[in-house]
Order: sequence, then C-alpha cells, then structure tokens
Amino acid sequence: MALPPPDPQFVLRGTSAAVHTLHFSCAGQEPDTPVLFSGSENGFIHVWNLKTHRVDTALDGHGRKSVYCVETMGGKDRLLSQGRDQRICLWDLAEGRTAVTDSVCTEHVGFCRCSLLKVAQGRWLVATAAKGLEQVQVLELPSKTSVCTLKPEMGAKLGMPMCLKLWQFSCGSQPLLLAGYEDGSVVLWNVTMGKVLSQLVCHQEPVMSLDFDSEKAKGISGSSEKVLCIWSLNEQQNLQVYKTHKLVNAGISGITIRPDKRILATAGWDHRIRIFGWKKLKPLAVLDYHTATVHCVSFSDHRNPRERLLAAGSKDHRISVWSIYTET
Amino acid sequence: LSLFPGGSDCSISFISHVLGKVCIHGRQKEILGVLVPALTELTRSDCIWQRICWQLLERVPDRCMEPVVLGFVQRAPGADVLSRLLGNLVVKNKKAQFVVTQKVLLLQYSHTTAVLQTLLGYLSLDGLRRALLLTVLQELLDTWGSSSAVKHSPPEQQLYISKAILICLSLLKEPEIESCRQELLAGMMEGVKCHLDSSLPRLRRLGMVVAEAISSRLSTEGPALKFEYEDDDETRELKSLLVQTPSLCAVPSLPDDDRSEEAAAAQPLVPEGNKKSQTAAPVMPEEESDAELDSDDDLVPYDMSEDKELKTKAPVYIRDCIEVLTGSEDVDKWEATVRALEGLVRRNPAATREVSVELAKILLHLEEKTCIEGFVELRQRAQVAVLTTDPIPVSKYLTSQFYSLNYSLRQRMDILDVLVLAAQELSCPKFHGKTKHSGAQKLHIQLLPGSDSSKDWRRIVDERIKSKTRRFHTGHCPMEVASSPNEFSSVAGHFFFPLIQHFDRPLTTFDLLGEDHLVLGRLVHTLAVLMYLAVNTVAVTAMGKALLEFVWTLRFHTDSYVRQGLLSCVSSLLLSVPAQLLLTDMTEELLEAQSWLGDVVEKDPDGDCRRLALQNLLLMENLKKKLEAVPS
Repeated sequence: MALPPPDPQFVLRGTSAAVHTLHFSCAGQEPDTPVLFSGSENGFIHVWNLKTHRVDTALDGHGRKSVYCVETMGGKDRLLSQGRDQRICLWDLAEGRTAVTDSVCTEHVGFCRCSLLKVAQGRWLVATAAKGLEQVQVLELPSKTSVCTLKPEMGAKLGMPMCLKLWQFSCGSQPLLLAGYEDGSVVLWNVTMGKVLSQLVCHQEPVMSLDFDSEKAKGISGSSEKVLCIWSLNEQQNLQVYKTHKLVNAGISGITIRPDKRILATAGWDHRIRIFGWKKLKPLAVLDYHTATVHCVSFSDHRNPRERLLAAGSKDHRISVWSIYTET
Repeated sequence: LSLFPGGSDCSISFISHVLGKVCIHGRQKEILGVLVPALTELTRSDCIWQRICWQLLERVPDRCMEPVVLGFVQRAPGADVLSRLLGNLVVKNKKAQFVVTQKVLLLQYSHTTAVLQTLLGYLSLDGLRRALLLTVLQELLDTWGSSSAVKHSPPEQQLYISKAILICLSLLKEPEIESCRQELLAGMMEGVKCHLDSSLPRLRRLGMVVAEAISSRLSTEGPALKFEYEDDDETRELKSLLVQTPSLCAVPSLPDDDRSEEAAAAQPLVPEGNKKSQTAAPVMPEEESDAELDSDDDLVPYDMSEDKELKTKAPVYIRDCIEVLTGSEDVDKWEATVRALEGLVRRNPAATREVSVELAKILLHLEEKTCIEGFVELRQRAQVAVLTTDPIPVSKYLTSQFYSLNYSLRQRMDILDVLVLAAQELSCPKFHGKTKHSGAQKLHIQLLPGSDSSKDWRRIVDERIKSKTRRFHTGHCPMEVASSPNEFSSVAGHFFFPLIQHFDRPLTTFDLLGEDHLVLGRLVHTLAVLMYLAVNTVAVTAMGKALLEFVWTLRFHTDSYVRQGLLSCVSSLLLSVPAQLLLTDMTEELLEAQSWLGDVVEKDPDGDCRRLALQNLLLMENLKKKLEAVPS
C-alpha cells in the first residue's frame, strides 16, 4: 500500500505577492546559514534564512516590477536578478550590503528567464531574450560584452523564446544553448558560431520550461498542454524525441532536475508539484499543497544529501519547502 | 426521310410546314421523338444533311416556330448536337431568337438543368451566336437583380435564373467578360442587396452563391467575394455548374485552367517548409533491457490516487450566480456558472422566484466572455428555465423589452424563441426532465439564427390536422398520453397579448412594419405557436379573436415569410379555438377569411403559402362538417 504523499517540511509566508522564482544557496560551510532567494511579483527579492524560516533581507532593485529570475554567481554574496523592468541586476550582498553593483538593460519585455553558465573563474555567460522578437543574446559577465546574438533565420516563425538553458559538455568545451520557443520547438544553438545545430518540434503549444542533463545528454520540456516531452542529443548533435508523458491537467510552469540527476520536479498550473524519476520518467509523487498555480520549483544544493530540499513558489504567495527522496 | 436522295433540289418547305403543324397541335413528342435522333445520326458527319436540316427548320412558319424549336432544344442530347441541328437559326430567324433567348430563359422555368446547359452551350459554340450569349447574360442578370422579382417571383423561378447565370458565366471567355465588366459588377451589387434582404434563407443562399460566382469571374487576382453559408444539395449543384464538362464546349475551359495553375503553385510550398525542422519521430529507448535501471526502483512512489483533473467549482446558490455573472473577473468561475445555471434554477424554484426578473435581465444581456461551446444554447436554456419557474413577472419583463429601444434584432428574436420554448414546456410538462432531449426533439425549435422554425411547426400542425380528421371519421381513437395539468393556461394571456399590442408603433430603432420584416415574420410565427399551445385554456377565444384581427390587417404583406406565418396563425386558431365558439363568435370574420384564403390558393406566388392556405380551407370545411354532423 503506497504511502500518502508527504506534507511540506515548512512553508514560508510573507512575500505578500505571487512568487515567480526561487534559488537556493546552501553549499556554504558552517557558520554560513543556508538561504533561499525568492523573487516576487511586487518587485522584491526576499532572502530567507532557512534556519529561522524568516526573511533576512528584502531587496528592492527592479522598481516594483515583477522579478522572474534569480541566480547566484558563486556563493550567496553575488546575486543576479532579472525583472520586468527590462533589466538584469547584479548585486553584492557581502557583509550585509544590499546594493546593485551593475545592471544590464536587455530591452526584453517578455517573461523569458535568463540562463547563467560559469565558463571560467570569475567569468560567466548569460543568455537572455533580447529586444528583437525571436532573438536571444549572450553576454559575458561581469564585463557585459556581447558574445553573440542568436537570430533564427527568416521565415522560421519560431515566435518568442520562452525558456533558455546554457550548458557545456564539460568544463572548457564550447558553450551550447538550448532554447524553447513559442511555436513549441526546442533549438540547440552553438553559441560561439551563432548557428543552429538542431531543431526539434516537441509541443503543439509554447514551450514553457525546459531542463537538460548534460551527463546523459537528455532533456525534458513542458508546455501549456498536457504533455511532457523528453528528448535526447545524439553524437551528431541532433535532437530526437525520446519519450512523452501525458499529464492529468494541462500546463507546466517550471521543470527542474535535481543536481544528482535522480529525480525531477515539475510546477503545474493545476496547483500541484509532481515528482518523477529521471531515468524512466516514472511518476513518484504528486504534492498537493498550493491553492493557486505553482510558478517555480527549485532543488537545494546542500552538500549533505539528507538535508536536500525542494522548494516551490506559487501564485498564492507561499513558498512550500519539502524534503523528499533524500536518502541516496 | 429515306425518300430523300442526297443533294437533290427538293423543296423542303412542305416538310417544314408539316412539321410545324404537327408540333403546334401538340404532337411534338411523337414526331420529334423519331426525327431528332435520326437527324442527329445523319448530321454527324454529313454536311449536306446539316444544311438540309437547317433549311428544314428555317422554313417552319413563324407561328409554329416556338414548339418546334422548344422541342428540338429539349430533345437534343447536347449543345454540339443542337448546334448541328439548328445551325445559326437563332441569328437568322427573329422568332427563334425570341424563343431561345427570352421565352425559355425568362418566361418559363420548368426546364431541366440539362436543357439549360444544352441551350446556352449551343449559343456559345459559334462566333455569331456568342454575341447573343452576352446579351442573354445581361438580361438574366437584370432579372436576377430586380428587387420586385426577388420578392414576388417563385423561388423555383429564381433558382432557374440563377442556374442560367452560372452556366453563362462558365461558358464566357475572359475578354468577353472584361468587355461588359462594369455592367456585370453593377448588376451583381444590386442583385446581392435584394437577395440578402429576403426573409427566406433559400433565396439568400441563392444570392450568395451567384454573387460569389460572378465576383470570382470578374476579379481573378485579389480576394474574391466569399460568403459564409452552409452548403446544401442546391448550392452544391449550382457550384458544379460553374465547371464546364468537356463534351459541352470545344473552347478550352478557363476556370479549369485557373484551378490547375493554383494547384501547381501550392505544391512547391509544401516541401520547402519541411526542410529545416524535424518532426517528432520517437526513438525506441534502447535502455529498456538495460540492467542499470534498477537504481531507479529505489525510489518508491507515493500514493497518487488523489491526482485527478482539476475542475472549477460552480456556485451553489442562485444569488452567487448573479454575482459571478455581473461582476466577476474570474473567467473560469464565469464559465462554470454559465454551465451550471440552468440546473440550479430548476432545482431551486423558490430562490429563483425571488430574483427572477433580475436573472432574466442579466441573461438577456449576457455576452460571451470566453469561448464556451454551445454558449447560445446554454443561455437560452437558462432563460427558459427562469421563465418557466416564474412565468408572469418574467414574461411581463420580456414582452416589454421586445418593444423597447436599443436592442439588437438578434436579442428581440431571442426573446421570441425563449417565450415559445417556455410556453411549450409549460403546456407539456412531461417533456421536461429525462426525456427532454429525445422526446422533445421533434417539437424543439432550432436555435440557430436564420433558420426556418415554421417548418417544424408545419409538421406538427399537419400531424394535428391528421389526428383531427382521423378522429372525425373513425370515431374516438385512444391516442391519449398520460395527462398532467397544463400550466400554460394561466399564463398564456401574459405571453400573448403584450406581444400583439404594439406591433404597429414604430420606435426609432425598431420598425416592425417597415424594414424589420424579418422580426415581424418571427413574431407572427411565435404568435402562431402560442395560439397553438393555448388549446383548452381559458383565454383561447379572446386570443383567437385578437389574432384574427391581427392577421387581417397584415394579410397583404409583401414578404412571403410573413405571409406563411399569418397562414400558420390561422391554422393554429382553427385548431385551438373550440369549434362552437369559432362559429358563434367569429362567423363573419371567418367567412371573410375564407374568401381571402381562396384568393391566396390561386394567386400567391409562394408555394408554401398556397399550401398553407389550402390546408386552412380544408380545416374550415372539416369544422363545418363536424358541426353539421353533431345534432344541435
């Protein structure tokens, strides 16, 4: 007899706005407190102390416009955030500071979350949707120089880029970008050359979110329909559909694979978080806590596997934190 | 004919006279039945026989020309055969020309499509005759487009003329059409206006098909005129006339060429689109048999039985529904409310009665916020539910709104539909409930705009008449179904009289007796139905009297849909008002009506009107006999 699904370990309240993005930073050594960053629709980024379950700091840097992406750049003192004010802000949070050190104006008016990749010590690449309708630009940080602009060819009719993932096969190899577009296709770009390597039509509706496992060269994408699509990359760098999985209710806002590549979590429009095994996409659990659309899910980067957490942010202003499948 | 050796100088005119005399006496069938096939064979390759034939026909006396030519046209198996037989008769002989270009096309309409195709094809096959084809098209278009023709000529004639126009269009070449482009365009615009103005859907469709055809021939580049209508057998047949069949014409068919060019252009686009993107072809996962997959089995799934489809809950109370429908921004909730409303109203009659008029008002003004399937039907069912739950105040509200300012025609017709459906439900309550969908099908009025609800009612009235006459002859037939109280009787008057009161008072936005004759037609049909349903109610005599007076004032209306409605009203009242009361209270009016009906049977151009009038006369006869049979 299967056990009923677990309850959240704890719930963070206090954002007073829909939560659009979450990012853990828990890999630090003691006495560093593990923190969770959350970005909300009211423009605030809350820094949650995971020991006290309270907000340590609230950062206001996007002019009260919704923040839909937060990432850390090597530790919790350097933060990157992206908001609907068309800016990407870089923060320095060391020693209690709350200052925006730098910002990039992307001129992007959509909701496409940027993707960050560390290419070398102190050097990062960030891919973000750009001003042009179908374009993605890749910048180097912190220098803010443009590496390239990825423009689909004329007549490709891909629509807006909806979700991005920068990755490389191994440290030092050339960076590649996976982009999901409005027309339902996922495109693999070679960033250095600025060319399309492969394109795959995965969905009939826009691709809402995707995640990629570079070790197994397998990725997963979710859309506004009822299907999750798993695709793989073969040696010729071609994308092929591997499997599809039908869901009970339509709409996925976010997908994320746990760093140990054993499980993945999806955030659904039907208020539920679903957990699947990554190997065969075996459904493992349906976590039903929220009362509105779940916008984002994120796994923590705890060094100790038993402390690993899963957080989900929803339109109902709450962040639920779960401890699930933590035994290795 | 075997007496004629080829090439001799015999006088043919004797034969022509004989032929003419025989035909004019009505014996075309016999003589032409033999003559035409023989001539067809002989003239197939022999030019001399062709000339003989032409001479034969040219010598036919003028007074006999019509039946002869008509006979030939009807019997020739194709345009090319007719061309061989008649030659340029139409150009040389004035009478023949009149028969072919005027009489057959404009004054008669009983010929088949094949005859039309033969005749018009014949005109197109020779250069001299083609000029006639153009004039024919002009005249056909003039007739087609004249508003009096659309209003007064029978639909069958209009169909005939439309077919002729389409065939002409298919036979004419580009330069010829270009030369009279302006006239064609003007004629088409005029004609389309008159056709769309008509209340009969059949005529509207005819107009649309012909206009589309003309516009597509006039402008080969750029967007052509395209109407939205449902294709039925008639329209499909008409459209097929635009395509030329090869046997008909030696000239290469232009429409076919255009179509093959378009098809060729569509081809190259398709392969180009497929080049870059790969379509999803699932790769069979090879790791299936791999032993490695065991590590995944470590993860034990939780119980997921609660994971079901998410459904937005509809409100449970009527007042909540009102709140959602008037104010709520939540579209999911709005949708769920619209779907649930009818059920809620029926299950909570007391609660509904408290807010009935408010609900009726909201529903009347309710517009589609999201794309729900069957929104119109859902709204109508909810309105009917509200009306049947609290008939008197809601009917008062609806009938007053029917005559108010600033409603669209669609809304006014909706009011009429709702009144009829509710009346039907109130008078036969056993149809409501589980058997609603199956049992009520035949009585259910169609909800789509523009449909002819009078058809259903005619069927029902026919059945009623049948049932009545049967009863008269064979005695009492036990056809009774389980009876239940007729809830309509107490409210029939409330439905009926307010509707009939103000029909002659024009408002700024609504003039029943003027432009809005479509709504007048629907109103008249509605009154007929209400009258029919009021059988055995107390108010029926008063209703009958008022209705007869109403019919009397409108009896000469020009719109045939309205006239059909008026005649249905008379049927309804003859069926519903008890016979004794009819004959005591309304004798004079009925006698006058009888003479009017006789007139309609003979002279009305519309076939349906004539049939209805005949039916009414029969009903009256039956009534009289019935009363005479009963000893007073």
